[in-house]
Amino acid sequence: MEQMAKPLTKNIRPDRAFATLADYESTGGYEGLRKAITQLQPKDVQQWVKDAGLRGRGGAGFSTGLKWSLVPMDAESFQTRYLVVNADEMEPGTFKDRLLLERDPHQLLEGIIIAAYAIQAHVAYIFLRGEYHLAALRLENALLEAGSKGYLGKNILDSGFNLEIILHTSAGRYICGEETALLNALEGKRANPRAKPPFPLVSGLWGKPTVINNVETLCNVPHILHYGIEWYRSLALGADQGTKLFGASGRVKNPGLWELPMGTPIREIIEEYAGGMRDGYKLRGFLPGGASTDFMLPEHLDVVMDFDAIAKAGSRMGTGTLIILDDLTCPVQMVLNLEEFFAQESCGWCTPCRDGLPWTVTLLKDIIAGQGRMEDLDALSGLTRMLGPGNTFCALAPGAMEPLQSALKYFREDFERYITGNNAVMESV
Amino acid sequence: MARIEIDGESYEVEDGDNLLSACLSLGLDLPYFCWHPAMGSAGACRQCAVIQYKDAEDSRGRLVMACMTPVTGSMRVSIAAEQAREFRSDNIELLMINHPHDCPVCEEGGECHLQDMTVMTGHTFRRYRGRKRTHNNQNLGPFINHEMNRCIACYRCVRFYGEYAGGHDLQVFGVHNNVYFGRFEDGALESEFSGNLVEVCPTGVFTDKTFSAHYSRKWDLQTAPSICVHCSLGCNIAPGERYGELRRVINRYNGDVNGYFLCDRGRFGYGFVNSPERIRKPLLKGHPEITAAMAEKHFHDVLKAAKATIGIGSPRASLEANFALRTLVGEENFFLGLDDTEHTLLETITGMMRNGGIHSPSLREVEQADAVLILGEDVTHSAPRLALSLRQAARNAAFALAGTMHIPLWQDASIRQIQSQARSPLFIASICATRLDDIATDTYQGGPEDIARLGFAIAHHLNHESPEPAGLGNAENSLAAAVAAGLKLAKRPLIVSGTSCSSLAVIQAAYNVAKALPGQNPQLTFTMPECNSLGLAIMGGKRLQQAFERMNENLADSVIILENDLYRRAPGPNVDLFLKTAAHAVVIDSLINATAEKAGLQLPAAAFAESEGTLVNNEGRAQRFFPVYPAPEPARGSWQWLTGALENFQWRHHDDLTAACAITFPALAAITGVSPGADYTIKGCKIPRQPHRYSGRTAMHSDINVREPGQPHDAETPFSFSMEGAMAQVPPGLLPVIWAPGWDSNQSINKFQEETGGHLRDGDAGVRLIEKSGSLEWFRDIPAAFKPQQEVWRIIRLPHIFGSEELSLHSPSIAERLSSSCLFMNPLDAGTLGVSAGEQVAIINLAGSPEDSARDEDELIDLEENSVLEIVAQIDKTLPRGLLVITAGLPEFQFINYWTQVTLKKIHQEGLS
Repeated sequence: MEQMAKPLTKNIRPDRAFATLADYESTGGYEGLRKAITQLQPKDVQQWVKDAGLRGRGGAGFSTGLKWSLVPMDAESFQTRYLVVNADEMEPGTFKDRLLLERDPHQLLEGIIIAAYAIQAHVAYIFLRGEYHLAALRLENALLEAGSKGYLGKNILDSGFNLEIILHTSAGRYICGEETALLNALEGKRANPRAKPPFPLVSGLWGKPTVINNVETLCNVPHILHYGIEWYRSLALGADQGTKLFGASGRVKNPGLWELPMGTPIREIIEEYAGGMRDGYKLRGFLPGGASTDFMLPEHLDVVMDFDAIAKAGSRMGTGTLIILDDLTCPVQMVLNLEEFFAQESCGWCTPCRDGLPWTVTLLKDIIAGQGRMEDLDALSGLTRMLGPGNTFCALAPGAMEPLQSALKYFREDFERYITGNNAVMESV
Repeated sequence: MARIEIDGESYEVEDGDNLLSACLSLGLDLPYFCWHPAMGSAGACRQCAVIQYKDAEDSRGRLVMACMTPVTGSMRVSIAAEQAREFRSDNIELLMINHPHDCPVCEEGGECHLQDMTVMTGHTFRRYRGRKRTHNNQNLGPFINHEMNRCIACYRCVRFYGEYAGGHDLQVFGVHNNVYFGRFEDGALESEFSGNLVEVCPTGVFTDKTFSAHYSRKWDLQTAPSICVHCSLGCNIAPGERYGELRRVINRYNGDVNGYFLCDRGRFGYGFVNSPERIRKPLLKGHPEITAAMAEKHFHDVLKAAKATIGIGSPRASLEANFALRTLVGEENFFLGLDDTEHTLLETITGMMRNGGIHSPSLREVEQADAVLILGEDVTHSAPRLALSLRQAARNAAFALAGTMHIPLWQDASIRQIQSQARSPLFIASICATRLDDIATDTYQGGPEDIARLGFAIAHHLNHESPEPAGLGNAENSLAAAVAAGLKLAKRPLIVSGTSCSSLAVIQAAYNVAKALPGQNPQLTFTMPECNSLGLAIMGGKRLQQAFERMNENLADSVIILENDLYRRAPGPNVDLFLKTAAHAVVIDSLINATAEKAGLQLPAAAFAESEGTLVNNEGRAQRFFPVYPAPEPARGSWQWLTGALENFQWRHHDDLTAACAITFPALAAITGVSPGADYTIKGCKIPRQPHRYSGRTAMHSDINVREPGQPHDAETPFSFSMEGAMAQVPPGLLPVIWAPGWDSNQSINKFQEETGGHLRDGDAGVRLIEKSGSLEWFRDIPAAFKPQQEVWRIIRLPHIFGSEELSLHSPSIAERLSSSCLFMNPLDAGTLGVSAGEQVAIINLAGSPEDSARDEDELIDLEENSVLEIVAQIDKTLPRGLLVITAGLPEFQFINYWTQVTLKKIHQEGLS
């Protein structure tokens, strides 16, 4: 039963070894593929995944099956389709895909093959974060293994379906995680996001219909096919379906990553799995899903990890990996640290992001250096509105504004103390 | 059409247009940077924010970027809403964070789109207290200054340079607020269209280096509508003058012809007007300085004394000047002054255009072509602006596909994204690789005969009545079939050919292809060498060779040469003999050249910027240019020297001359309608050439005399040399300066267009003289294939944008970019000679050149040394064997201009072996 409750990590062993093809097959690996490709039509696979209620694990939470079903399959100009795996995990504080990539690469491959079959793509790309050397090695190896066993290549499992998977290691930059910037990078262009519409589903890689899925999302797929929709829908505790990797970093006793049902209360993650705060530190707040989500407070501990529940509490589930703010860390400096990252990683395409983020950094630095003015807080608030959703070309700047706007809301006195000069000595991040 | 509501007012707009373009087309003010009417939307600058409401009840709305929002029926938006205004002002504040406060010393000041937009948004107070980021600037060559600190990162430069114009060496580097627009290292920008950066850049990053060298504010320039004289396309330009010097040339919008863009020869070729090589005073050989009156008297005396006077016209002089000359010397004594082959080609082309029954497209129509065949031209060099239009035509398939994918046509990056799967067919047959090959569906390289044969084969595939070339190779035949298939599918196919190959067969093959095309809309366009080549050919006249014969036969004893260097038109010895035989040779020209040097009498002619006249471009469009400033005395318009010599002096004014020309030549009858005449006024005022802010008029000459001189009177045109007058009701096609309140930059053009990127209100300038009519028989003279012979090569002279055109050669900035004077050859040919790139070879003329017949005995002695030229060889792997290519028109090649068959020897450098 342990296995069934933790489908994503069932092959991941504590000894840090990784699952070989034999390991993977021994726990039912590639059975989902076998079922999909021999018993189901592509449209059926789409429907299964839709019915299972799988939502994208990259942060946006869009229905995976619905996304697949929107791929144009009819007109002649849409004959070539691509599947692209977003394995460019660069969100600060997020390390969930890495575990799946390094420790159970076949799980991802099986997910890719099923997804490609569902949208009838014959080429799939894995766009892998450049620094994930170990993942690259293990994926390369897994690709060879899968090919030699007939799971990949021509006429997969005698079904007549062909698929080639190409591993592409990124040259770097956070913006490549934005799916259209990823496509540009994959094409060898500057990694600037593209205008939407047209969405990649219509005009994606090289102008062809393209589905882009996150690593963790695809890792769910084999199990849905193997164990069925009913089973999958029985895993979660709340409104959303399945399990998810949740993590915690910061001054908790036991930072780490755990596969838990969707809908697990945040309190349980922090207090049970992460073991609570380290001695001498108190919980002051946390970012629920990576650097580009709004701060939440201890009062939100009983909110559950569901897309809509977190949104209702004023933040986003994002990647589901919590970044913990303790009482001895200055939130202003923490925000500065994040904003420096975002300012650095702006692609430079649109004005608010390109020029607004560096100004944000300048203001925060001035404030911390004791040269801030009260009206600077208004300027910062103005920037959080200016760089908000819809005002910029992509989601980078609005994401960057989330920790800042919530810090201004929840920790305003920390900002003001720097300006008024009554600042208690605080440890820097 | 869609009805939408903007700030409570109801408007009719183009359905599917983007909201920004629709607002501007309505004449509303909405600031923007990255959007450009010719390049569509980018969504980068976020400046055109407006509020869009869900429905009639919605009072909050949401902020959208107008440039990225399609217009839909019954949509409700607000430009004036406080939230949108605040966003636009805040956005400018962000753009200004790193923008230097150097407006007073910036060349863009006074015509800066960034200034205009900043004022428009009301951003006045700067809150940012940090340091500005700075960049290093690059030396981008003789045309363009680079001042990167001013950059607001709108991305227009790279979108124009790379995506629109196909250049590769201007890129964006770096990220975040450190993006850098430049080259990978210092060096001259390679694109032939780099000058447009000056106008595409919304601020002062890219400015005109030639203008900086003698800078003046926009409002201190005197300007008149003008036409580019550097090729046959007739792009509309606005030259600016201060202190009697031509300071710069900028684009003048014409919705049918050049739109927003010029080529670099057109923009920077103007330097010849200020050249020290100008003929500034009359010169009578063997006499001390003479006055204009004396020169005029001498000129009249020559005419009176002459038994008969030959008049040699010019394809770079106006219709009126040529017509005045023709009238002065009489039709029987009027010769066109063209190279003999070119004369034949132009006559043939004129016949095809007038009687061939095929439409000759404007550049706007060229951009709409959905399949193109170029026969024998490297358009970038022979008619540069046409190449830019053809580059856009290649995108039409992507636009069509975008339609099926519901991608709006202004969504620029998305259309470019699908371009790889849908590109309109473009086939190029040429002597060697061309600058458009990168977007070609297929290319073919061969000798002129082979190009013609391919053309004939394509025509035959399209229509079996068209004759078939005999013995065509399989490869050529299947290429011809593929090209024919591509053209057949098109709705608006276009054939491009011209005079570059100097081959009649190529032109005839092009006609056959156009005639063979199915459907109603075949189009055929020809490039020609000069600004009035077609006008001169329509006027018609005898060959230069006949003038030589007439002089030789002693049927005439004097000659008037109008704006023409005969050494560029005929073999040197022939011209020598002609000029030697003439008792009197009078040259009317603006620049000293070999012909003028030999003339007994030089009469200083006004350059294009100092005179008026009508030119006919390659499309058959008559357009008028006007003097920007009065011709510096004693120079005067060529037509004035000539009409002054007419006995009964019947044409006192240019308008009279134009009218007489129109009456004499029915084909030119419409030229009187090209522009209003000198009697045109608005509320009793002429159109001012000087902007209303023209400053210092009372003081600018005070170092000479504090008494302000009276403004010169202009009796020839509707313009005044003044700042007074009514600008408001001037038809946009006649506006010297584009300006609207709040819009000091060239972007103000949207206030004068029917819609953004469309035609000018009240019509674009110019009148088409030729519409398709008649039909010609199939051309049947198909040449044999070109066969290389052992140790014999044929020299082909191909045009180059920088070097082949006579006037721009005298422009200092163009001179820095001149084509190298080397010889291009096939690598196998080079191999058999043992020549590597960069080594010297000797070209040895073989017999049979036309000059032999004209040689007298003295010159035969020089034959030996005059038939060898030592030259640096370069390798071009696309050039067929047996052919050599040099740049046409370079002065250093003048003496080998009429060599055709040559042999080559490698020069062994002494001391190296």
